[in-house]
Amino acid sequence: MTPPRRVSRRQFGIRGLQLLGVSLLTGCDALSQSSWFAGLLERAEGLTRAVQKAITPRLALAREFAEADRSRVFPGNGTVDPSEPDYQALTGTGFSAYRLEIGGLVERPASFSLAELRSLPSRTQITRHDCVEGWSAIAKWKGVRLAALLERVGVKPGARYVVVHCFDALREGGEKYYESLDLGDALHEQTILAYDMNDHALPVTNGAPLRLRVERQLGYKAAKYVRRVELVERFDTIGQGKGGYWEDRGYEWWAGI
Amino acid sequence: MILPDRRVYRHALPTRLGHWLTALCLLVLVMSGLQIFNAHPSLYWGERSDPDRALLRLKAVENSEGETRGITEILGREFDTTGMLGASRRRGPDLEERGFPWWATLPGDQWLAMGRRWHFFFAWIFVLNGLGFGLWALARGHLAHDLWPSGTDLRGIARSLVDHLRFRHPTGMAASRYNVLQKLSYLGVIFGLAPLIVASGLAMSPAMDATVPWLPSLFGGRQAARTVHFVACFAFVGFVAGHLFMVVVTGLWNNVRSMVTGWYRVHSEGVVDDTT
Repeated sequence: MTPPRRVSRRQFGIRGLQLLGVSLLTGCDALSQSSWFAGLLERAEGLTRAVQKAITPRLALAREFAEADRSRVFPGNGTVDPSEPDYQALTGTGFSAYRLEIGGLVERPASFSLAELRSLPSRTQITRHDCVEGWSAIAKWKGVRLAALLERVGVKPGARYVVVHCFDALREGGEKYYESLDLGDALHEQTILAYDMNDHALPVTNGAPLRLRVERQLGYKAAKYVRRVELVERFDTIGQGKGGYWEDRGYEWWAGI
Repeated sequence: MILPDRRVYRHALPTRLGHWLTALCLLVLVMSGLQIFNAHPSLYWGERSDPDRALLRLKAVENSEGETRGITEILGREFDTTGMLGASRRRGPDLEERGFPWWATLPGDQWLAMGRRWHFFFAWIFVLNGLGFGLWALARGHLAHDLWPSGTDLRGIARSLVDHLRFRHPTGMAASRYNVLQKLSYLGVIFGLAPLIVASGLAMSPAMDATVPWLPSLFGGRQAARTVHFVACFAFVGFVAGHLFMVVVTGLWNNVRSMVTGWYRVHSEGVVDDTT
């Protein structure tokens, strides 16, 4: 055993660790860019969805809070004032000309004015909105149950997803916001199209005239500025095919976590 | 006369495999976790994130000279942490608004969607690996035989503590077994910190909260769970720092080799050989 060999081995080890550190940082970024590795990471979403769907009772409700628990200010995130001319035309008339269209794989395609939606049985819930960014806010929502609307139009047997199309594009001239739910979440008791927030008509900042509430998933599922509801068998031909605006930009379709 | 070294089989294969998988998972989970934290670099207590009631906030401000400064705000007190927290540099000389700096996050750039992909993939491996190791350790007696402190161990805590502070570490055959402080810290991590970080992480999931309504309440609300998750993360970082320190001072290569091959070298005279 000769000392020089030991030293060189040690130096080799230290150099190796330094190299490892640098290559970890740059290598992980390279991995994030590679489609095969991103595809591998995405597999966790299927496992999470399968497990959460399996352990969550179909009817389990998200917690509902008391009036006093509400946030003083409910943040407006993403689009807060759609600039699209067709939307601007509606705000000018207080949404009196607004009609929610429901089509796709339904027996009787229909459209509803806000007054008609308000005349249907409503549900009121004080729930916590959890943004994918990490913040939470609590507000009171009143609206019509999506299940009640779907019952009126009659869902065709082949339909598997409810796609919600919106007025707004996050960037001017960009793709319009949209979201999709499976029928299980669409028919859930707390899944509503809300027209009131905290006892007042939904403000433009928070999605007037109608926004989706999906209480067992993250906030990006709760699409604002809802224009049209479409029932489909699959959503891979819509947008970039991932089932939602943020899903098309790398976020999980299953937003339960 | 030089006696040949003795080799002791110190770590079984499941321990070694579990150890390195956990090490990889922790590295990825901490860094991708900081990426996720950076999307909203503030912490709160309770269910809501009221902007005026943040416990901790990392932010960038412009001072009177028009320079960007990184500010860490803790319970209303502000500290200038430019270059590290609040505002730091990635490319070029300009300070960018960022909670934690690029080298602490995965990916390096602000990319929440990809940070979440990394985080949840490795969270599954962390949990499955932890459960697998736990069940094996329980079934094969590793837990009872090697990790659970005996009465003698517990009576020797004070002495072990003093020995550690004086850097007098067990030698010879005693070094092939865990000492009482090691046992307690490993048990604390396995049965305390690890379940805590998983539970507080799950408490942030809206689907889990519908399934187990008392889960966020256990921590004092979803935002409190997020704070607990953050603190537990740094408890892990602290544990790893202490662990690495002990690995280095008690014979880096012998320790690393035993966690790779299982074999730990002990001098026949009873002196640990930490030079090869």
